[in-house]
Amino acid sequence: MNKILGLLPVLVLSLIMISCGGSDDPDRTPVRDRVTILGAGATFPAPLITAMADDYRDITNRRVTVNYQSIGSGGGIRQFMEQTVMFGMSEAFLSEEVMTNIENSTGGRAFNLPITLADVVPTYNLPGIGKGLVFSGELLVDIFLGKITRWDDASIAALNPGVNLPRTNITVVHRSDGSGTTNVFTSYLSRVSDEWRNQVGFATSVNWPTGIGGNGNEGVAGAVINTPGAIGYNSFTYALLNNMSYGSVINSSGNIIEPSFEATTEASNIELPDDTRILFTNTPAEFGYPIAGFAWMLVYENLDQNNAIQTRGEAEELIRFLIWSILDGQELAEALGFARIPAAAIEKNIQMIRQMKWQGQEIGLELLQSQNLL
Amino acid sequence: MDSDNAGGGAPSILNGRKPNILYLWLGDKIFTTVVVMLGASIIMLALGMAWVLFDEGSLSLREYGFINFIKGKTWDPAVQLVFGAWPFIFGTVITSTMALLIAFFPALAVAIFSAEYAPPWLSGIIDNLVQLIAAIPSVVIGIWGIFVLAPWLRDTVYMPIYLWTELNQPGLLPILGNPIGYGMATATIVLALMIVPYTTALAKDAIKSVPKDQREASWALGSTRWEVIRMAVLPYARGGITAGAILSLGRAIGETMAVAMLIGNKNTLPFSIFGAGATMPSVIVNEFREAVESLHLSSLMAIGFVLFIIALIVNLTAAYINRKLSIGGGQIL
Amino acid sequence: MRRRRIHDKIIEILLVIATIAVLLPLIIIIFHVIVEGVSALNYEFFTEELGSPSRAIQGRPTGLVHTILGTIVVDMLALAIAVPIGIGAGMMLSEYPEHMLNPTLRIMNDTLNGMPAILKGLFAFVLIVKPMGTFSGLAGGVALSFVMLPIIARATESALLSIPWTIREAGLALGIPRWRVVISAVMPAAKTGLATGLLLAFARAAGEAAPLLFTSFGNNYLPDRWFGFIFNPVDTLPQRLYSLAISPYSEWHSMGWAAAIVLLVMVILAFAFARFVTRGKVQLK
Repeated sequence: MNKILGLLPVLVLSLIMISCGGSDDPDRTPVRDRVTILGAGATFPAPLITAMADDYRDITNRRVTVNYQSIGSGGGIRQFMEQTVMFGMSEAFLSEEVMTNIENSTGGRAFNLPITLADVVPTYNLPGIGKGLVFSGELLVDIFLGKITRWDDASIAALNPGVNLPRTNITVVHRSDGSGTTNVFTSYLSRVSDEWRNQVGFATSVNWPTGIGGNGNEGVAGAVINTPGAIGYNSFTYALLNNMSYGSVINSSGNIIEPSFEATTEASNIELPDDTRILFTNTPAEFGYPIAGFAWMLVYENLDQNNAIQTRGEAEELIRFLIWSILDGQELAEALGFARIPAAAIEKNIQMIRQMKWQGQEIGLELLQSQNLL
Repeated sequence: MDSDNAGGGAPSILNGRKPNILYLWLGDKIFTTVVVMLGASIIMLALGMAWVLFDEGSLSLREYGFINFIKGKTWDPAVQLVFGAWPFIFGTVITSTMALLIAFFPALAVAIFSAEYAPPWLSGIIDNLVQLIAAIPSVVIGIWGIFVLAPWLRDTVYMPIYLWTELNQPGLLPILGNPIGYGMATATIVLALMIVPYTTALAKDAIKSVPKDQREASWALGSTRWEVIRMAVLPYARGGITAGAILSLGRAIGETMAVAMLIGNKNTLPFSIFGAGATMPSVIVNEFREAVESLHLSSLMAIGFVLFIIALIVNLTAAYINRKLSIGGGQIL
Repeated sequence: MRRRRIHDKIIEILLVIATIAVLLPLIIIIFHVIVEGVSALNYEFFTEELGSPSRAIQGRPTGLVHTILGTIVVDMLALAIAVPIGIGAGMMLSEYPEHMLNPTLRIMNDTLNGMPAILKGLFAFVLIVKPMGTFSGLAGGVALSFVMLPIIARATESALLSIPWTIREAGLALGIPRWRVVISAVMPAAKTGLATGLLLAFARAAGEAAPLLFTSFGNNYLPDRWFGFIFNPVDTLPQRLYSLAISPYSEWHSMGWAAAIVLLVMVILAFAFARFVTRGKVQLK
């Protein structure tokens, strides 16, 4: 047992360190008033949500901390269902089955609140050719199915007159890990091609017919950057951040759309259902960028039914943060490489927040009214 | 504890105190009970884990049946929603046995050198350094693998081999696979590095346990140092060495993070040498976070259950070999 | 005879080469970790919270103070759980060799040791997180203790077995009860082995990210209260290192390397500490 006593110095040291840590934590708000809002889910919107969290913490003088952990969309949905988080985050909306289960177990709905937009761009490495190569949905399907294997293929040349396409082989690069980016990209390919839908389908990870796998956004980016003739797909933010060449895509209205925040926001400018559960890859919007989708925040209607929320105070802080993030929080979007949600989505969000309750009391309504939003 | 004289002072305990029956009998009773309870709690823990894995995986195991789940060659969480564990079992078996093959002889050499050749001070340093390898956190090895080892292997090893093969033996290219750096070969090399300390330590234990007279008999015959080792030490220690190697294999089978970060993660057979692959732990780590379908999640748990059984078999085998092969000591298990 | 001597010499050289080949990667890894990480290892690294990636990209203060403190708390919790159980189990194996449960215990212990750590995290998720309704440092500690347990048990067993039976017999012959012999005579004599067991268990567990992903979960900030380290989600070095390494930001990659330095220093300090308490004689298994 002497050995355990021998560990005592380590323990003492750690306690000292802990108390030292406290001294550089300015106690602007009394500890008992502090609230932590725990959220988890999709990786793609994490930079935006965590930046919102930084700002919100400053605005509230460290009273409200939003702890968002990126564990993936699937993880976000599952932890939301397990009620270990106050809100989940996902690039796929909740399925009918999950919605029904939640309605049965909590007596209220699960809300899907669009908080930002995920956009995916085709990225490539062709020495001498910069960004702006034009792709159509059918062309991307054929490339990712392995049917078109050379860059000087007639179908690529037809869309890119005047571009001197090399005789290089095409190396397809895809994500090898589960990812919301893959979900958006494959959902687009499934929308434009029955063959893709039946053979590969869409999901966070699929069985790719061809190509090499890269782990994570940077895995794909690394393989694309290092391999002349490679084509991959990355989130738009990531392509911008790393100066990758990315293509324009022809949308369902036949317009060539260069990826941009405006084009992505425009993609969601369609008739939204009240619960906003809609997939709009290959959007009907005339000038919308076609490989885009919402990222949703998942919140229970009856907040008291979520085990992760202990008190009415926590529920109110969660709602205040939701309101802030769909309005003021959107100001952060472009600087971080994200598209804003459209006005229609904000309106739907407010209608959903309005219905949020704590033990039957309409706290969502109260808070919206107190901020003169209704 | 309340030991009045912790070190070698056992006899002094009797001084001035008459041992009573309570002290003798009850003390031992309590001690035994506590110790057995603590020991049993590990058994409970292992069984509890197996039960939780089985329970959570039962949806999938019921759907396919245990044997068909293991034999299933398709893992498709997107379209068909079909889950078979074979690609991952195959990937695990290949990477870990290859890793053991790569690691075994160097590890044995280190053990022999440290036990038989090196002077005590050097032997101490070698042992410490080897064990430091075991102490390097697997995420640290992972980050090093991602940013340093894999790109280096791709540029200086895989690409030249690939290009040479392309020129001379193009038929072999599908076996070689795409040399992107993240794949089976890289994962195997890292695994080999990570199990060396275990193989070395267990082999050295086995060598050290060889009795002195065994060597002296051989020395007396005028053998050189290597002949003593080869004729007298290694045969005696082979049970322990083999069991140690199998236990190292067990470590390789269970290694998760470094492999998941480096193997490239491909769920469809066939795997190739340089190309991406997957192992049972790596698919659990990668897809556990993204699985939404309950059958998908349950299949991941079922893989965990299969892994439990494999780990059990490996350990039983090591115990058996250790008992059967050791001529005398070889106290490993 | 001469040929055999030369043969002997060649073997010796081969053994030396093999030893160097095995140790070389260790040095390369440590070298790279230091070179890549040292630039991010500034004052802020130890005093600031992480926050969002834009902090690092825009050069605003960011660091891992919450991660380092969280790691200490979670590791200490894990040791506090694993040490008594592990040592107890090791004692059972060594001091009651005839006990009927021992063969099962040994196999189960080794099997537990061979299980991927992520499954231990999952088990802790089912045992702690679900009933508590939230992720917590405690759940992380429990998950890590599952990693430590089999190592401590096995090391304790071999440490205690290395003490000659004559010591026990002498004690028992003097009429000292068995428990007293074990605690006052065998354990102190075996302290080197015991310490190294704890050390290796700590080193193994300190680097595990997988069991923490769904238990201690992670946090970009310090918990809002101090006991939040135990009852709320906390950040830990391996889990943060993993998420920094797979993030798409080069600034975060540097922080990941810096986190790797801290982790390595922790592990090496544990080594040095064990050497110190055991008067320079560390022998691991």
